Amino acid sequence: MKPTGKVWRTLDEYSNSAEFQKSLHDEFPPHATKPPEPLDRREFLALISASLAVAGLTSCAPAIPEKIIPYVRPPEEVVPGKPLFFATAFPFGGYGLGVLVESHMGRPTKIEGNPDHPASRGSTDAFAQASVLSLYDQDRSKVIISGGRISTWDGFITALATELETKRLNKGAGLRILTETITSPTLASLLGRILQQFPAAQWHQYEPVNSDNARRASRMALGRYMDALYHFDKADVILSLDADFLLSMPGHVRAAREFASRRRNPMNRLYVLESTPSITGASADHRRPVRSSEIPSIASRIAGALGGKGSGGDAWIDALVRDLQSARGKSLVLAGPQQPAGVHLAAHTINMSLGNVGQTIEYVEPVEANPVEQMESLKQLTRDMQQGTVDLLVVVGGNPVYTAPADLEFAKHFSNVKTRVHLSLYEDETSDLCHWHVPETHYLESWGDIRSVDGTITIMQPLINPLYAGKSAYELLSAVLGQPTRTTYEIVRETWGGEEGEWRKSVHDGIATFSPNFPHPPSFAGVPLPEGEVGGGEVQISDSIEVVIRADPTVYDGRFANNAWLQELPKPITKVVWDNVALVSPETAQRLDLSDEDVVEIQHDGRAIRAPVWVSPGHAKDSITLFLGYGRTRAGSLGSNRGYNANSIRTSAAPWIAQNALVRKMGVRYALVSTQKHFLMENRDLVRRGPQDRADNALTLYPEFPPEEYAWGMSIDLSTCIGCNACVIACQAENNIPVVGKTEVGRSREMQWIRIDTYYEGDANRPEILFQPMLCQHCENAPCEPVCPVAATTHSNEGLNEMTYNRCVGTRYCSNNCPYKVRRFNFFDWHDGEGAVMSLLYNPDVTVRSRGVMEKCTYCVQRISNARIEAKKQDRPIRDGEIVTACQGTCPANAIVFGNIADPESRVAKLKAEPRNYGVLAELNTRPRTTYLAKVMNPNLEMPR
Amino acid sequence: MAQIFHRSTNTLSRLSIFGAVFIVAALVTVVGVFIRSPYVTEARVVREQPVPFSHKHHVAGIGIDCRYCHTSVEDSSFAGIPPTKTCMNCHSQVWSDSPMLEPVRASFREDRSLEWTRVNDLPDFVYFDHSIHVHRGVQCTTCHGRVEEMPMTWRENTLFMEWCLDCHRHADQYQTPGRRIDSPMKLTNCSVCHR
Repeated sequence: MKPTGKVWRTLDEYSNSAEFQKSLHDEFPPHATKPPEPLDRREFLALISASLAVAGLTSCAPAIPEKIIPYVRPPEEVVPGKPLFFATAFPFGGYGLGVLVESHMGRPTKIEGNPDHPASRGSTDAFAQASVLSLYDQDRSKVIISGGRISTWDGFITALATELETKRLNKGAGLRILTETITSPTLASLLGRILQQFPAAQWHQYEPVNSDNARRASRMALGRYMDALYHFDKADVILSLDADFLLSMPGHVRAAREFASRRRNPMNRLYVLESTPSITGASADHRRPVRSSEIPSIASRIAGALGGKGSGGDAWIDALVRDLQSARGKSLVLAGPQQPAGVHLAAHTINMSLGNVGQTIEYVEPVEANPVEQMESLKQLTRDMQQGTVDLLVVVGGNPVYTAPADLEFAKHFSNVKTRVHLSLYEDETSDLCHWHVPETHYLESWGDIRSVDGTITIMQPLINPLYAGKSAYELLSAVLGQPTRTTYEIVRETWGGEEGEWRKSVHDGIATFSPNFPHPPSFAGVPLPEGEVGGGEVQISDSIEVVIRADPTVYDGRFANNAWLQELPKPITKVVWDNVALVSPETAQRLDLSDEDVVEIQHDGRAIRAPVWVSPGHAKDSITLFLGYGRTRAGSLGSNRGYNANSIRTSAAPWIAQNALVRKMGVRYALVSTQKHFLMENRDLVRRGPQDRADNALTLYPEFPPEEYAWGMSIDLSTCIGCNACVIACQAENNIPVVGKTEVGRSREMQWIRIDTYYEGDANRPEILFQPMLCQHCENAPCEPVCPVAATTHSNEGLNEMTYNRCVGTRYCSNNCPYKVRRFNFFDWHDGEGAVMSLLYNPDVTVRSRGVMEKCTYCVQRISNARIEAKKQDRPIRDGEIVTACQGTCPANAIVFGNIADPESRVAKLKAEPRNYGVLAELNTRPRTTYLAKVMNPNLEMPR
Repeated sequence: MAQIFHRSTNTLSRLSIFGAVFIVAALVTVVGVFIRSPYVTEARVVREQPVPFSHKHHVAGIGIDCRYCHTSVEDSSFAGIPPTKTCMNCHSQVWSDSPMLEPVRASFREDRSLEWTRVNDLPDFVYFDHSIHVHRGVQCTTCHGRVEEMPMTWRENTLFMEWCLDCHRHADQYQTPGRRIDSPMKLTNCSVCHR
């Protein structure tokens, strides 16, 4: 089956403008070449001497002798040259993701999923993969600061004790603790004891991205706070009401894994209603772009139609409802956290009426230690600060001065507090306004405990001693309790008690076995729904523009702002790097006369911000999406002063969806960089659907290569790939890939070995979105190899297209001759100046490349080599599945399979035998070893086209 | 007009054209010999160490197996340099007051590592794995020479790529008979050593 419509990458390509045609035929991208400037004698001499130096004459000095520094007393289990793996959990938004951390001689270098952990099942996400970079970030706060001066922990303890002594007299009135979402049993018990000691004290929780709406709905529907636990693997029909469950909801790795497991036979069907194109929408069989503020009324119409009231003549809803009804007990409706409680209630109602509760959705006791509606909690704190009733505020993690909605004027009231203490990883906007700033330990530096969305408890163990003398939240809260000398280990160990053997097993496995894993979910069949709450009623839709606010898909709420890997990670779908943008639909852009990079002023409720526009095909019209996480002033050297701050237009009343905004074109432009415009494929048939005709393999007169024991190959399933970017960062971490910065990405010099190409198909306002991970295809007839003048890129007998860095002289012929555009060139020594601390992060099994060297995906040849050596030592062949590439290992969708295609029984060989298998540009007779399984969808044939 | 060049110039120019080949060949030879000389390769040059450790005494004299100290040679890419604890296993009893061994005792006492100078140093872009060479029956002495005859340790070979390849191309000549031998085609893939 050929594609049904035209496939395109950018709107320029879609409209096929003259400008686009010209850019295709230009040999070089803009700024690629500069006209030579005339040289004077001095410059000439300088260049000549520099050339001599570069030519290697300066490296003729004898090599500096290397030192070997053995242990004095060797620790158990450490074998120099072999990594160890330790189980812990990556905390994200309060919830834990079970991970295994690779450690080389005490240096954590790479995060892998914990196959035994139910929230991970062996996979991770881009955030977890990048978290190891934050550990070594040199901008992390290193010392305790008091009033702008360096202080000590003892100094802090003394000051805190004095404060608390006076608090003790009035039972702690005026003492407030502000935390982020807490699921840790130990932190909860510490906070409980603090509230016992200081009965008048209060504990507030706030995160800018929270589940307040879902929570409020559960209280309305069920009488108290309950968590919904979804089972995507059991659902045949899924309806997402603005819920980006594959990327931005708690438990998204688990959700992606379960969802992708059903994108194979028998296949599920996903309907998505959303304003902003998300990866969940891209994975949908039927995606309908609607304004976020229209979703409540649509939800109530769907609920009504299911109840027999009719849909009001909407054929889309009629078809959807018939499909849902045919999948009773096997369907699932979920609402996005940014949708009002009414939509969540509608989802609950539909799930109950379809008999899904207990099947695809369970209502369980909240995983959080003390669930509250966080915006209310922050509001209350701000009100009290304003009234001057707070005189000691301990902020444990988080950055409320930056993340609080503008209308609360948090920063202003914050200064009313007599003593302000802040514990955080970075010296940020909040630290700046605090009397005491205490550096926090990274999660890889500290003991701890945490629960995942399904309630599993993980004991977190440290991989390395704190690099910068940080203190954990456990130590800080213990200090508030008057026990400042207790170590985090003692505090966590005390919570769990139990036998040493059990404790050790729990720490080792990454799953606490000796606690009741989760209380059995109570039954909710009989709870009546409050009348009139369902659906949230009709919302008046005005013609003006709505503002939709989302967490950024890479830097989230700003917590990863200083993480260079995540900053340079092309954001899913828009592929913008190092900036946040304001998304509008092509239709709206036309109406308002906007194009990419135009700066607009967005006014709402008396506040205004300026943001660069990005036209996003598939966005709902008359809606503009803003992203959190940017516009930070104290994020560190990389994250500060980038993009705009969406918090400054956000209000506590409408934190996600605001109506009646005014958008005004400012007449200036702001240069954005998006990799979507790089490596365009000029209408070639690269991303495909359905069964393939197999005539692609061109005829050849040359004999086949002699069969070998191993022939490495990869299969990537476009049906299951959700475009989440986890593989890109996993590859970056595994292979010591540098970052280059916004300017250099703008020159097409990005270094990531994998890119996720986004394609659109069909109409620009309502396209289908397709993803294709593109990496070195390891062609059997590789065009890059014969053009290398120094044989730096060669072919191994196992079919690897090898890249030998020390041979490469940097002609870049190979890159020019590569039809897939997957080779990356080190235009500079990107690792230069990273410093000693960052060098701890390098994977010792992979060469750190220097300037003037070409690089590309190696199929993780270091992992192949290690597996081969181990197999040879045991005199056996390499087993299928023994080699897992970094991208494959992290993929939550299991879309990537690597293995030996010479073995017909291997998983990869079986996948390549499927009719959907095709090679990109196979008509060039490159015979790529990486092939793709064409995308298959499961559309509802009753849907109006 | 008088001639500018003397008649003998003809002979000289013929000679130099004919001799150029030899001059270039001589230069190439000199450079080739120079870069293979111990001055450059540091092969067979004794390195200074914090303690004058004698393999000759410990291996030939006492008869300690290589693996007593280089414990991970069969399991890991890195053969392992013994921790101070291994030295002190014997030297807390034997030669326990020798002034020569004071750095070892100081290391143990103060929990400070000894800093040995690496003798066999490969470039960072080369990934050598001891365990597989040992497993395939390459003797320690094949690369490291007669260590038991070295009073102070030196590097026996140049560690040039041509030296590695000599073995990888003719593995049958260097492996213990009876071990499985891979074909030169497999052993000379770039990615066997470079990654």
